[in-house]
Amino acid sequence: MYNFSTCNAMPCRNFLWPMIPQARLEIQKERVVCHTRVQRNVNLEKLQNGYLFPEISMHELQHIRKYPDAKLINLGIGDTTEPIPDIVAVSMAEYAHALSTVEGYRGYGAEQGNKALRKAIAETLYKDVQVKDSEVFVSDGSQCDITRLQLLLGSNVTMAVQDPSFPAYIDTSVIIGQAGDFEEKSGKFGNIEYMNCGPQNNFFPDLAKTRRTDIIFFCSPNNPTGQAATRQQLEELVKFAKENGSIIIFDSAYAVYVTDDSPRSIFEIPGAKEVAIEVSSFSKFAGFTGVRLGWTVVPEELCFSNGFPVINDFNRIVCTCFNGASNISQAGGLACLSSEGFMAVCSVVNYYKENAKILLETLASLGLKVYGGENAPYVWVHFPGSKSWDVFDYILEKTHIITVPGSGFGPGGEEFLRMSTFGHRETILEASKRLKNLFS
Amino acid sequence: MSLTQNISTSISSSSSSFLAYSVFPYRDVSLPSKNFGTCRCVAIPQEEKTTYKTNVSRNANMAKLQAGYLFPEIARRRNAHLPKYPDSKVISLGIGDTTEPIPEVITSAMSKRSQALSTLQGYSGYGAEQGEKPLRAAIVSTFYGGLGIDEDDIFVSDGAKCDISRLQVLFGSEATIAVQDPSYPAYVDSSVIMGQTGLYQKDAEKYGNIEYMRCNPENGFFPDLSKVCRADIIFFCSPNNPTGSAATREQLTQLVQFAKDNGSIIVYDSAYAMYISDDKPRSIFEIPGAKEVALETASFSKYAGFTGVRLGWTVVPKELLFLDGFPVAKDFNRIVCTCFNGASNVVQAGGLACLSPEGRNAMQKVVGFYKENADIIMDTFNSLGFNVYGGRNAPYVWVHFPGRSSWDVFSEILEKTHVVTTPGSGFGPGGEGFIRVSAFGHRDNVLEACRRFKQLYK
Repeated sequence: MYNFSTCNAMPCRNFLWPMIPQARLEIQKERVVCHTRVQRNVNLEKLQNGYLFPEISMHELQHIRKYPDAKLINLGIGDTTEPIPDIVAVSMAEYAHALSTVEGYRGYGAEQGNKALRKAIAETLYKDVQVKDSEVFVSDGSQCDITRLQLLLGSNVTMAVQDPSFPAYIDTSVIIGQAGDFEEKSGKFGNIEYMNCGPQNNFFPDLAKTRRTDIIFFCSPNNPTGQAATRQQLEELVKFAKENGSIIIFDSAYAVYVTDDSPRSIFEIPGAKEVAIEVSSFSKFAGFTGVRLGWTVVPEELCFSNGFPVINDFNRIVCTCFNGASNISQAGGLACLSSEGFMAVCSVVNYYKENAKILLETLASLGLKVYGGENAPYVWVHFPGSKSWDVFDYILEKTHIITVPGSGFGPGGEEFLRMSTFGHRETILEASKRLKNLFS
Repeated sequence: MSLTQNISTSISSSSSSFLAYSVFPYRDVSLPSKNFGTCRCVAIPQEEKTTYKTNVSRNANMAKLQAGYLFPEIARRRNAHLPKYPDSKVISLGIGDTTEPIPEVITSAMSKRSQALSTLQGYSGYGAEQGEKPLRAAIVSTFYGGLGIDEDDIFVSDGAKCDISRLQVLFGSEATIAVQDPSYPAYVDSSVIMGQTGLYQKDAEKYGNIEYMRCNPENGFFPDLSKVCRADIIFFCSPNNPTGSAATREQLTQLVQFAKDNGSIIVYDSAYAMYISDDKPRSIFEIPGAKEVALETASFSKYAGFTGVRLGWTVVPKELLFLDGFPVAKDFNRIVCTCFNGASNVVQAGGLACLSPEGRNAMQKVVGFYKENADIIMDTFNSLGFNVYGGRNAPYVWVHFPGRSSWDVFSEILEKTHVVTTPGSGFGPGGEGFIRVSAFGHRDNVLEACRRFKQLYK
C-alpha cells in the first residue's frame, strides 16, 4: 500500500488532485482496476512529502478558501513580482516576431546555448575570473540543471548539503538513488552529509567535523538563510574540496544580490576551477522565473578520478537529455547582459534589496533574531524553541502572510522562518505593518 | 573507450568553440595530485603538466555510451565537410530540423506575451510546473477530444527529448526497456545513462538488457510481438522516426494487448502524428484499454517549427498504475515539480495560439509543405529504383541500400552530392543498410538535393 500522506503533496496551485468526476469514481468502484506490473521507483517512495513549494501553495489555497476576503500577502515562494525591463521584453518580442520571417527563422539551437549568449555570460559575469564561453552551458534554469548534474554524477556518488538548503539538492539526490533511507528520528537521509549552518557557526559549516563526500552542494548567497560566504570561508571550502578530492556544486543564483565584497562566484577563489561547478540563473536576476533561463559553468580543468573531463560528460548529458533553452528566452538573456539591459535589471534587483532592508529593519525593531536580507532576497528569522510549521501557521492565521517554515529546508531549519523579499513595495510595507501589529 | 571516441563524445552540435576542448586529452593516469593554485591559461603539452584529478568516480553509465549523441555527430561531419568544399552548397536533410518560418498568428502571440511581461498587469513569475491551464485544456480539446483524457492528465514541457529523460528518472534504474530497432536514439541513450542497461555488445551493436524489437520491410515495420521478451517499458514511436512508418489501428491494438498481458507500460511517442495522411491512429489513446497501459509524449517542434522555441507535452492518464496501485501520474508530477520548473511562459502563449482555429490551420499548412517535400524525395528515390519507405505519414524517407554500410552511404552521398542525410545504423543495428532523408527544407533545396541524387544514382 502506498503512503497516503503523499496525496496531500500534490501541487494544487492550479488543479486539485484527484479531479475524477463523480460518475467516473462510481464506475471505478464497480470494475476491477488494472495495474501494470511495473514496480514503482523505490527512490520516489523515499520522498517524504511533496516538493516543498507546491506544499506551500496548497496551504495558500486552503487559507484563501477559509478567508476569501483576506488580502493574502505572499512572502513564501521566492517569486519575482516586478515587470521585466522594456529593453529585455522588447528583445524577446522582436526575436519572436523574427521567427515568422525567412531571414529570422531559427530551428534547433546548439544544446549548450547560443554562442553570443555564452560569450556574454562569460565576459559580463565572469569577467575577472577567465571563464571561457565554451565552459558555459545555457539552460532553462537551475532546478533543471541540478537534476541534469545528478544524472551526470549517477547514483553511486555521495553528497553533502548545507542544512538548511534549497530542497532540490536533497530531493534530486533521493530520486537518483544517492541518499539512502530516511531516518524519522533525525529527519535526515542516511547517506547524505548535512552540514549544519546556523547562527552558532556564522552560517558556515564546521568543515573539521564534516565527513568526506564526493559532491558538496553549496549555495551562496544562501537560500534560505540569506547568508553570503566570505572569501576566507570559500577558500576554506575549496581547500577542503581539494584535500578530499570532492566536487563543489556552487549555486550562485543570488550573486547579484551581494552588497558587500563577498565573492559572487566560486571561481574568484584560486584553484576553484579544479574542484567546482557553478550553477546560476536569470530567475532572480532578471525576473525570469516564468521565462526560464539559467546556466552552468563546468571548467575544463575539472576531472573525474580517472582523469576524464567532467565537461565532456556534462556535454553528453546536455545533448541527450535536453535540447537547449528556448531561443526566445536566450534573446532576452542576451539583452539582460547588454550594458543598458544590465543596468535595468540591476535596478529591479535593487528594488527587491530595498524590500529586504525594510523587512529586516521591521523584524529587528520587533526584537526578533533576524539573519540574511543584506546579500540575498531572503530574511531568516529565528524563533528559538518553536516548531517552524507552527510559526508558519500562526503568522498565516494572524496576519494572512505566507512564509516558508525553515524545516522545509532541512532539520537545520527548524525554529526558523524564511520570508522572501520579492513583492510590490506597498505589499512589503503592508506586511511590515501586520508583523508589527502581531509582534509588538 | 578509445581516445577517438572520447573526442567525438565531446563535440557539440554547432558551437565551433567546442573544437577547442574536443582535443582535451583524457588519460587514465595515476599521478599524485598536485595543488596548482591559480589556473594558468598557458598551453602546456600534456606530458609535462600534472593535471589535478578529483577523487570522484566517473559515472560508469556514462562510460557505457559508445559515442556522442547521434545528431551532434552528424553536425560535426557536416561542419567538417564545409571547409573541404567551400563552394559547394551543402544541403541538410540530416538532422530533422524545421526550416520554414513560424506562422505570424503564433509568433505575434509570443511577442505580445513578451511585451506584457514588462507591464504590471501582464507580468507573471513562476507558472504551474504542469503548464498553464488554458494550454492544457486546448491540448486536450485539440488532440484528445472524446478520448477520456482530462486537462490535468497533461504535463506541458520544453520538448519530448527532455520529457523522455524525465520519464527515465521517474522509472528509475531498475526498469527494463524495449525499443523499436531502429529507433530515435534518445530512448536507448537515456536508458544507458539511467543505468537500466548492461554493457554495449560490439558484435550485436546492442546494449545488454534492452529488448530490441526489429522493425523492417519484412514485418511491415511492426515488431513480431510473439518474439519479444517482456520489458517494463516499451518505447513506441508512431509515425516512426526514422522509418516514417505509421502503425495501423490493428497493430496498436495488438501492442496494447501485449502491454496488458505483460503488465508493461508503453511510452508512446506521437511527435509526428499531424503528418498522418490516412486513417492511422494519431494517439495511442484511440485504442480501447490504452489508458491503463500507456502514456504519450508529443511535441510542437515538427508541427509549429518550435524546434528552437521548445514546447511539448506528456499525457499520463489517471488509470495508469504501478504494480502496487500507485498512480504513475502522481510520481511524474513529483518529478515535474522537483526536476523541472515549467516551460517558458512566452512559449506557452505561442502554444496556445498554435491551437486556436487560425493557428491550427496555419500549422496544417506548414506540415503540408513538408509533406510535399517528402513526396518529392520519395518520388525521386522510387524513380531511381530504390526501395523506399515512410514519407507518406511522416517527414522522413527511409531508403534501403541493401548490403551496404549506412555510414559509407552517408559519406558517399555527402562527398558526392554535398547533401547531409542520417545513416540508419545511428538509430540501432536494425537501421543498417538504410539512410534516413528528412523532408524539412526550403523547397528549392529539396528540389536541388533530388536533382543531385538523380545525378549520383542514375
